[in-house]
Amino acid sequence: MKEFSYRRATGVREAVSLLASDSGARFLAGGTNLVDLMKAGVETPDQLIDVRSLPLGRIELRGDGALVIGATVTNSDLAAHPEVRLRYPALAQAVLAGASGQLRNMATVGGNLLQRTRCGYFADTASPCNKRVPGSGCSAITGENHNHAILGWSEHCVATHPSDMVVPLAAFDAVISYETVDGTGEMPLAEFYPAVGDTPQQETTLPAGALITSVTLPAAPVAARSRYRKVRERASYAFASGSIAAALDVDNGVVREARIAFGAVASRPWRAHAAERAHRRRPKRSVPPPTRSWQRRNPWRTTGTRCHCCTTWW
Amino acid sequence: MLTKLTNLREDTVSPTRSEISLHVNGKTHTLSADNRTTLLDALREQLGLTGTKKGCDHGQCGACTVLVDGRRAVSCLQLAVAAEGTAITTIEGIADGDHLHPVQEAFLELDGYQCGYCTPGQICSAVAVIQEHAEGWPSAATDDVRPGAETALDAAEIRERMSGNLCRCGAYTAIVRAVAQAAGNPVTAETKVMA
Repeated sequence: MKEFSYRRATGVREAVSLLASDSGARFLAGGTNLVDLMKAGVETPDQLIDVRSLPLGRIELRGDGALVIGATVTNSDLAAHPEVRLRYPALAQAVLAGASGQLRNMATVGGNLLQRTRCGYFADTASPCNKRVPGSGCSAITGENHNHAILGWSEHCVATHPSDMVVPLAAFDAVISYETVDGTGEMPLAEFYPAVGDTPQQETTLPAGALITSVTLPAAPVAARSRYRKVRERASYAFASGSIAAALDVDNGVVREARIAFGAVASRPWRAHAAERAHRRRPKRSVPPPTRSWQRRNPWRTTGTRCHCCTTWW
Repeated sequence: MLTKLTNLREDTVSPTRSEISLHVNGKTHTLSADNRTTLLDALREQLGLTGTKKGCDHGQCGACTVLVDGRRAVSCLQLAVAAEGTAITTIEGIADGDHLHPVQEAFLELDGYQCGYCTPGQICSAVAVIQEHAEGWPSAATDDVRPGAETALDAAEIRERMSGNLCRCGAYTAIVRAVAQAAGNPVTAETKVMA
């Protein structure tokens, strides 16, 4: 590990000023990803600015029903919070599906968003990786890649974003607030992770020198009926092979609102807007079985089974 | 000679070293350490608390689990300099003097180990698991995470909550029983758990 100096910031303005004055500085929160990658020689900061003591560790329910989650709230405290479990159960489930109890106690919401999008080759400094050394090539495309991206990838990188937490955040239209030396700003999570393209090393659109201060979830009654499901290669404590955060509001047999986002399929959480539209306003139970003429017109839909959620015949 | 060199280095003011005050098992220790020193290495190499074990050194095995302000954490990914100001409990501080902690008693009684290398981490983790469950924290094994719908600390819950602690001997069956017994859930403790 490369040597580094260490400072503990006591205020947000102090933290962003310290970062602005040293191009080799990085923020340190829980350290569960950063310290690990420093040990591997992948991250080589000259200075760590510890932001764990900043007053960003609260979860507040705003008057308009939005939930404001401080950036240094730990994953554990987020998943255990009564308002999160009541209003956004898929978020609590997603956080609990990630990492281990020990890591969830250390990791923070801000750090979770900023953990590196990565695969095994990224942490292996002996292998080429366009993300670690731009232009060096991608080892995964012709190598070990069975859990890699299936959507939105490019020939430069096929790594997936490993976070479970961001999947329901995407489904529930989270907004990220940040601060730089120039002031405060915010952006929707939907714009936070850019397309891979030919710059896989550019993982977020957060302005240079910005510190994430909070994540806001707008009021979303549909989220109270939500679930997170994760498929992985062992029962617990593994990254997802694929995951989904879904919420459904059914009124008198008609889908009023649907939210769907997939995880572990791309370099960012993948919101399924088209699937959501397909569900909305669909009667849940009144679709008649397919007629012979319908089957002739739709020869590819021949299984004769009904979709569990929208009851369309397939 | 080695001591002199070490002292010389420690006396030199360097931006990459820090004077650290660590509060461990009720005692405050002051040490000078390179900023790269993890809490795990500081405990083992500088404070002589070798009960905390180094396994993978990447946060994946849980052998180095300690309690930081009462919450379990992997000490291999915690920088010592960043642990200043917290109260750390290692396996050496789990017992109450000569009286073993109920989790330690249960591991002894039910053979919750084989080689014993992962055991300090398993025990520190289990102490925290019982506390987390008592506080109503759900887990990935909890069907309904909504407040008020808490479930018992059964075998499935224990397995999920302890999944950050690997045991290469495969003593999991006895570990689950020991945690269940320590949590006061003898039904689970007696249940034959299939691996």
